[in-house]
Amino acid sequence: MLDFPRWKIASILGLLACLMALAIPSFFPEDQTKTWGWIPHPHVNLGLDLAGGSYLLLEADTSDLAKTRLNAMRDQVQSEMARAPAIDIGDIASDTGKISFMLRDVSKVDAARERLNKLTAGAGLTGQRDWDLSVVDSSRIVMTPTQAGFDQALNQAMGDATEVVRKRIDELGTKEPTIVRQGNDRIVVQVPGLQNPQALKDLLGKTAKLEFKMVDETPVDPAQAAKGILPLGDQILPYDDGTPGTTIMVKRQAILTGDQLVTASQGFKPEDNSPIVNFTFNSEGGKKFARITQTNIGKRFAVIVDDRVITAPSINTEILGGSGYIEGRFTVASANQLAIALRSGKLTIPLKVVEERTVGPDLGADSIRAGVLACTIAVVAVIIFMFVTYGRFGAYANLAVIINVVVIVGVLALLNSTLTLPGIAGFVLTVGTAVDANVLINERIREERRRGRSVLQSVELGYKEASRTIFEANVTHAISAVIMLLMGSGPIRGFAIVLLIGIVTSVFTAVVFTRMMVVTWIRRARPTDITI
Amino acid sequence: MRLLKLVPDNTNLPFVSLRVWAFALTMLLSIAAIGLTVTRGLNLGVDFVGGLMIEEKFATPPHLDTLRATVDKLNLGEVRLQNVGDDKTVSIKLPPPKSADKGATDAVVKQVQAAISAKFPDARFSKQDAVSGKVSNELIWKGALAVVLAVLGIGLFAIFRFEWQFGVSTVVAIVHDVLMTLGFFALTQLEFDLNIVAAVLTIIGYSINDKIVIDDRIRENMRRYRKMDMPQIVDLSVNETLPRTVMTSLTILLALIALLIFGGHVLRGFTAAMILGIVVGTYSSIYVSSSLLISLGLRPDPTKGDVPTGKTVPSEGMPTKKR
Repeated sequence: MLDFPRWKIASILGLLACLMALAIPSFFPEDQTKTWGWIPHPHVNLGLDLAGGSYLLLEADTSDLAKTRLNAMRDQVQSEMARAPAIDIGDIASDTGKISFMLRDVSKVDAARERLNKLTAGAGLTGQRDWDLSVVDSSRIVMTPTQAGFDQALNQAMGDATEVVRKRIDELGTKEPTIVRQGNDRIVVQVPGLQNPQALKDLLGKTAKLEFKMVDETPVDPAQAAKGILPLGDQILPYDDGTPGTTIMVKRQAILTGDQLVTASQGFKPEDNSPIVNFTFNSEGGKKFARITQTNIGKRFAVIVDDRVITAPSINTEILGGSGYIEGRFTVASANQLAIALRSGKLTIPLKVVEERTVGPDLGADSIRAGVLACTIAVVAVIIFMFVTYGRFGAYANLAVIINVVVIVGVLALLNSTLTLPGIAGFVLTVGTAVDANVLINERIREERRRGRSVLQSVELGYKEASRTIFEANVTHAISAVIMLLMGSGPIRGFAIVLLIGIVTSVFTAVVFTRMMVVTWIRRARPTDITI
Repeated sequence: MRLLKLVPDNTNLPFVSLRVWAFALTMLLSIAAIGLTVTRGLNLGVDFVGGLMIEEKFATPPHLDTLRATVDKLNLGEVRLQNVGDDKTVSIKLPPPKSADKGATDAVVKQVQAAISAKFPDARFSKQDAVSGKVSNELIWKGALAVVLAVLGIGLFAIFRFEWQFGVSTVVAIVHDVLMTLGFFALTQLEFDLNIVAAVLTIIGYSINDKIVIDDRIRENMRRYRKMDMPQIVDLSVNETLPRTVMTSLTILLALIALLIFGGHVLRGFTAAMILGIVVGTYSSIYVSSSLLISLGLRPDPTKGDVPTGKTVPSEGMPTKKR
């Protein structure tokens, strides 16, 4: 019992001092601590409910991905079969989610298969392909997308989308956003300090698919067009100004896409200062642009963003430099938004906001104030109570509680964890439950003294018997905290983290640390009686 | 110095003899709780129901009827207004927008905020939650699953560590605590959101704590006094741990009351749930868990001899009981 060697005492105090020191930087504002240079200054992260800001949960529209893959494969099949020596095929149907077409010449089945196989790729680890090829009735080929192929495409698309989201958010100049994938079709975005999530959501809502397509001026009977009967290779797209009925017919095949874009920026048209979006293509795109403008003078081409036509100017001269501008009914804000969206790359898969929580800065600051106040009052109340009930032993417990709180802050800073408002409640709760361990010990000591045991024996038995109970009680606390950690969302996880850290540190401070203090005192004072 | 002793030494309160009354009370309250939850229902927040919640802070307390009319005019569905915290802060709840369009929620928010600012220029945006139906369904499921897992996990721990009767009685007691919490929320119609689920999980953790302390003492006494019958052992154990129960409950309650009064309105529901949980948990430790131990037939093993714990000391022996 009295065996508390010097080195043990030193290491306990040393450890506690280190952990407490880790907490210090968190009490100073961040800009100040940056000037400390080489002294490590870990900080506790403030959650969105304390710092103010926005939390967005984005979900990908997977049905759109399926459609895009289908259309892309369909175009590929078309051009592959048309390559010399051409294999004649009938119309390609793709409405059932599969691609199917008839072979005009049945003997070419194997050649067709070989060509189509080259278009598919391996998917996943099991050697499966991403499309299944089958021949029906010996003359019809059916291509079915596989689940493995879809999963792989989704994974790729989500990875790309996350990068695009990151670039777009960076453009807004917010501080330290968090962008993390969740599951296989979701992205979590947390932007502290963001006051107007509107702009962010508008930005994220744009897929920003840019295409240049030639306008097809051949006259078409509107009734026929309404039924969907169009000249081969054409499609009808609406104008972006929203007036219903204004549509334009363009060739489906795009001559240039946003993939060849190097940069885009918002500017002003020299003639009338209206907002425009300047763009520059890369060398490959620039060459194509030059060729098209050379051979199509007088014809119109449509600038299409997200399947809506922004403008359809005539080609007046050849454009050799690979850059130009898009004019339309832009405001400075909408032109800037389009420029940012084009710059950061297109979202290969559309994202929808399924959950959003925004906290204004006033509420955030209020919550911190209220939380800290409540915590302080709780600590003071508990300290008074413990001292009045257990005297010296209560004082030791109080010291342990205070050290405990500071240590928890230190560990939070070390782990760079996020402190949320429920997390502050967790502090208050931990103060209450940490004291429980000491209550158990002290009550036990009281009991043993009543039974007539000596001071030393009572203290020893008190700690020994109580430790077992304390251990078991904390295990069950930990079970519910771990479940909260695994299944909870942001603010609740903050709570669970504080509880878990608190369980570990409170056992240490309440049992080991107080025992050390009690033993040191007994060794020095050798009391024959204790008030407890 | 004279120390405060809230519980006198060697109390001998007849807890166990009241257990029939307590049982009746428990059954009554449980049925009432279930009844209330089923009929009156819980005031589910947007976390579980989906929809939009906008919180605005006004310089002067707004006329709720005018506010409701202002939002109603926009024809966005059923509007639910509630004062939160003080009468200057109002939470406005709307169902999820009918249109499936991506921008629909934002449009609704813009509309509502514009309408409110027009009528009440001093309104300031406080916070906003928008949860789609899909996510809210997931959250309900996750929340319920978390609670079930916690109860099962702890029950299993209790069964493996101690005798099976301890496991069963613990699980029954926790289920009782959860039921009481639900009943409380059905009665008061305080908002039931994700924070409350966290509170329930914490209450489960704390409640177990309490039961383990008493159970530990019961087991210790079962080893010590093998000739004693169960009701006496339970009584003795509860009395012996009473000082600790009272002290701990009081300290946690002190801390929680500080949080309730000074902690702002965001966590009020959470704190209220916790306080209720502590009170109910303490009650159930004595009158649900321990009573059940007796009913389930747990008793000390009289075949082995008395094994007093700790070193032999002259004043050891059966405690004097006035019966």
